[in-house]
Amino acid sequence: MNGIAPPLALLAELTHRCPLQCPYCSNPLALDRARDELETETWLRVLTEAAALGCLQVHFSGGEPTARRDLETLVKQAADCGLYANLITSGVLLDEARLARLVDAGLEHVQLSFQDSHDAGADRIAGFAGHRKKVDIAGKIRATGLPLTANFVVHRQNLANLESMIALGTALGAERIEIAHVQYYGWALRNRAALIPTRDELADATALVERERARLAGKVVIDYVVPDYYAKRPKACMGGWGRRFLNISPSGKVLPCHAAESIPDLVFENVRERSLAAIWENSDAFNRFRGTVWMREPCRSCERAEIDWGGCRCQAFALTASAANTDPACALSPDHGRINELAAAESAGPAPPLIYRRHSN
Amino acid sequence: MSERQISEESRPRLAAHRRLKFDAARNSWTIQAPERVFLLDEIAHAIVSRCDGKKTLRQIVDELCATFEAPREVVAGDVQKLVQDFAGKGVIAP
Repeated sequence: MNGIAPPLALLAELTHRCPLQCPYCSNPLALDRARDELETETWLRVLTEAAALGCLQVHFSGGEPTARRDLETLVKQAADCGLYANLITSGVLLDEARLARLVDAGLEHVQLSFQDSHDAGADRIAGFAGHRKKVDIAGKIRATGLPLTANFVVHRQNLANLESMIALGTALGAERIEIAHVQYYGWALRNRAALIPTRDELADATALVERERARLAGKVVIDYVVPDYYAKRPKACMGGWGRRFLNISPSGKVLPCHAAESIPDLVFENVRERSLAAIWENSDAFNRFRGTVWMREPCRSCERAEIDWGGCRCQAFALTASAANTDPACALSPDHGRINELAAAESAGPAPPLIYRRHSN
Repeated sequence: MSERQISEESRPRLAAHRRLKFDAARNSWTIQAPERVFLLDEIAHAIVSRCDGKKTLRQIVDELCATFEAPREVVAGDVQKLVQDFAGKGVIAP
């Protein structure tokens, strides 16, 4: 080790293929094609390398990771080398038999996504009639004994149902419920005006989450992600660039976060060409925003530099055209007032039609 | 989270799908849990590694008193606090 601490977790984006068409899709604008996806053998090697490098967990994600027929093989490899295997899925391609094979392979936890609390709303947001299937598969997941996280992405078009979303997660036996406001990068940025809530709607939602947390204490954990545009301080995105996480894209590019490809002047190395350890420790993309030496003011002299790590690089680029600027989610950013005004104006206006994410677009 | 004292007769164990693992890269014991990792110091490991669902909390405290040659009330307080904390986080089933 050359002084760079090992990563805690690997986000393995197995594929960008997905039957859902969510308007807040977090995959990059340019999707990796199925024929460019890493082959099974390369993933097996990468999982072994990730464990040796110090990763303790692997999050199998996508797109829809169950679209990969070799998922069981990859889960088994993860378990065999001591990585705690988590599946982040929409659930719509899962059935009982596949679930049993995944459990046999050593799967430890499932995070299941929902788009709303009821089928009409959820299917409209997802652009896919999958809500009932999700509810059904949640029961089958719990029946295997696997712990379940129910994930709800929230925005102005479903926030009124927040209480019934939490009730659904609880009824499904989730031990953890994640309420995540949409983060506006990539595809979601195009739909910002259709999705961003007003400040008052956000305040109501936050108060409701606090009440539900207190009511469910000791039974269900509620994790809550607030939208950056109304924050005073930015989130410590990824726990800091190149500090805790690495993300591998379907075609093998190693990224400091899943949205990093939105920053145009970074070159991402590929696991087909170099070891994971070499990329983590020595690649330009990981070192560019690692630590605090790259920071400009107001981050450079900020007492929170090693708490927030400057916020999100992708958001800084998307909203200020430079990834080395302070994330405008921070009240100390000169661009903060402007994004507050944007959020206020867009959320107060009528919601434009949703632009769905289709694999073809 | 429950602030109730956990009974000395309870037999705590790691909850399902929580793994106690030694991590060579960090030279530290860890608990792998859903979307979380806990790094354990020596004391925490000494406690958690004894939560096997067979030993009572009382036996765990007795063992640790002998191992660390520490007064019982101090050890009992530490064990109670850690087990309660991890029970609240769903890591240990008390």
